[in-house]
Amino acid sequence: MSDIVKDFEARAQGAFVEEWDDSDELMTINMGPQHPSTHGVLRLVLTLEGEIVREAKPVIGYLHTGMEKECEDNNWRQSVTIVTRMDYLAPFHNELVYSLGVEKLLGIDVPERGQVIRILMTELNRISSHLVWLATQGMDMGAISMMLYGFRERELLVDFFEMVTGLRMNHNYIIPGGVWQDLPDGWRTPVEDFISIFPRKIDEYETLLTNNPIWKQRTVGVGVITQEQALALGATGPILRATGLDWDIRKAFPYSGIERYEFDVPTATEGDVFARYKVRLDEMRQSLRIVSQVLDAIEDGPHRNMDPKITPPPRKELVSSMEAVIHHFKLVTQGYKVPAGETYVSIESPRGELGAHIVSDGGSNPYRMHMRDPSFVNLQSLPVMMKDTLVADTVAAIASVDPVMGGVDR
Amino acid sequence: MSKASAALIARLESKFAGVFALSASLGDDVIVTVDPSRWIEAAKWLSTEGGFGFLSNLSAVDWLTREPRFEIVYNLTNFSLPQRLMVKLPVDGNPPSCPSVTAIWPTANFHEREAFDMFGIVFDGHPNLERILMPDEWEGHPLRKDYAIGKVPIEFKHLSPGV
Repeated sequence: MSDIVKDFEARAQGAFVEEWDDSDELMTINMGPQHPSTHGVLRLVLTLEGEIVREAKPVIGYLHTGMEKECEDNNWRQSVTIVTRMDYLAPFHNELVYSLGVEKLLGIDVPERGQVIRILMTELNRISSHLVWLATQGMDMGAISMMLYGFRERELLVDFFEMVTGLRMNHNYIIPGGVWQDLPDGWRTPVEDFISIFPRKIDEYETLLTNNPIWKQRTVGVGVITQEQALALGATGPILRATGLDWDIRKAFPYSGIERYEFDVPTATEGDVFARYKVRLDEMRQSLRIVSQVLDAIEDGPHRNMDPKITPPPRKELVSSMEAVIHHFKLVTQGYKVPAGETYVSIESPRGELGAHIVSDGGSNPYRMHMRDPSFVNLQSLPVMMKDTLVADTVAAIASVDPVMGGVDR
Repeated sequence: MSKASAALIARLESKFAGVFALSASLGDDVIVTVDPSRWIEAAKWLSTEGGFGFLSNLSAVDWLTREPRFEIVYNLTNFSLPQRLMVKLPVDGNPPSCPSVTAIWPTANFHEREAFDMFGIVFDGHPNLERILMPDEWEGHPLRKDYAIGKVPIEFKHLSPGV
């Protein structure tokens, strides 16, 4: 039991209770699904002994919409619009992992420019996702100004996503074969602006929070998980890295040419909420490093695989080429077929290992598509983090796991 | 196939001769189908000496017309190499059932509950096998291939069936 709990009990015995009854008087209460700090519709069944959580049980499924089933009824291209809605704070990552799997089954390559654009979008998406986490973690801990700052900077990125894809969320931009449209004219300006602004902003967050005594009291030594527990429970991403293991899919199983960029994998050793906070802040800096290298690396060229069996022909060819009309008709009416087979691919999403298990029976729809969503698996570590802590600390623990219920329930 | 993959297959073959059958795979993937009678023994070895202490993912596939009908897919990761292994376990019976691996990889808890919820596969020895995504009183298992999209009980009770 941590010192803070002992301290609390001692004070409680002295100040509020005349006769302390040690019998196990446990109370079971619901936290959520409608609770402002459960970040969506997460429900926790807490077994309390006074102010202390003895057991916590996550109950999920309130946002289940059957997306995996829905994919089986849509063709390979259309399913991108469904997977992008799973983890709605990291839509590019969902699209990328699904596309990587389909490309592997199809046996096609992505042109150089398409790969670089994918890295650009996913790394910026990592920053925007971490900003939402930082904003909401701040809000849950009472640092309301952090909430405003986080969403203020995220707005710059969301505007850029809108400029490129036409949508602020659920972009449907990364598709099997590449990305569906090239970057628009003038795309460099917002990215360059962001690169020049953002390092100062991270420093600003650090001045606001890192040495703030209230922030440290609420986070240091709270929601602790050890490396063995994290590995056994399948926790990945910042949760695992905050326990001292530098496991990152980008280094272990590189994808889309990420191995060509220089970046470090930040770690911390304490495994508490504060360690996860430090890791995520450093990850934003590293992502920014990758983005600035992307600006130098990007070259002109095709942004998607131009195989006519996968990609519809350019509009102007439709009036001059019979073959183009046939290809266009086949792709629009049936989509393309993917050779029978199965594969598992994974990428490093802002929340950890995002995997896709894709099975094809040779048809034009996925036979089975399962997403290994990091939020879903990471939730299993919540009961460990919360055991024998104060109710007030559960809020800090939930926020530090950063679950996105769209990804948990799919 | 890379050297590491070939070495892994050779190790599996020398330790468990005839238990793992190699399936067709793409690129660097190693996909094996395991003999159900020796799966738990093999899983214990894989999670310790085998180096695959991390279970990344567990999912199920319904092959409606095949025999046996269901397949559990385990995606294991070896952190030190790093390397991946996909193990497929055929599952038969009515209801289909197979042993739980929660004692070997505790992370399988949620995954197995999801497979039970979506496919009706019973995991023997699971500590708390109940529905996870669908409501508790739901009938049927939605991801089965004979469960059609939109097959939800109709709530307009005044309409006679067949309209």
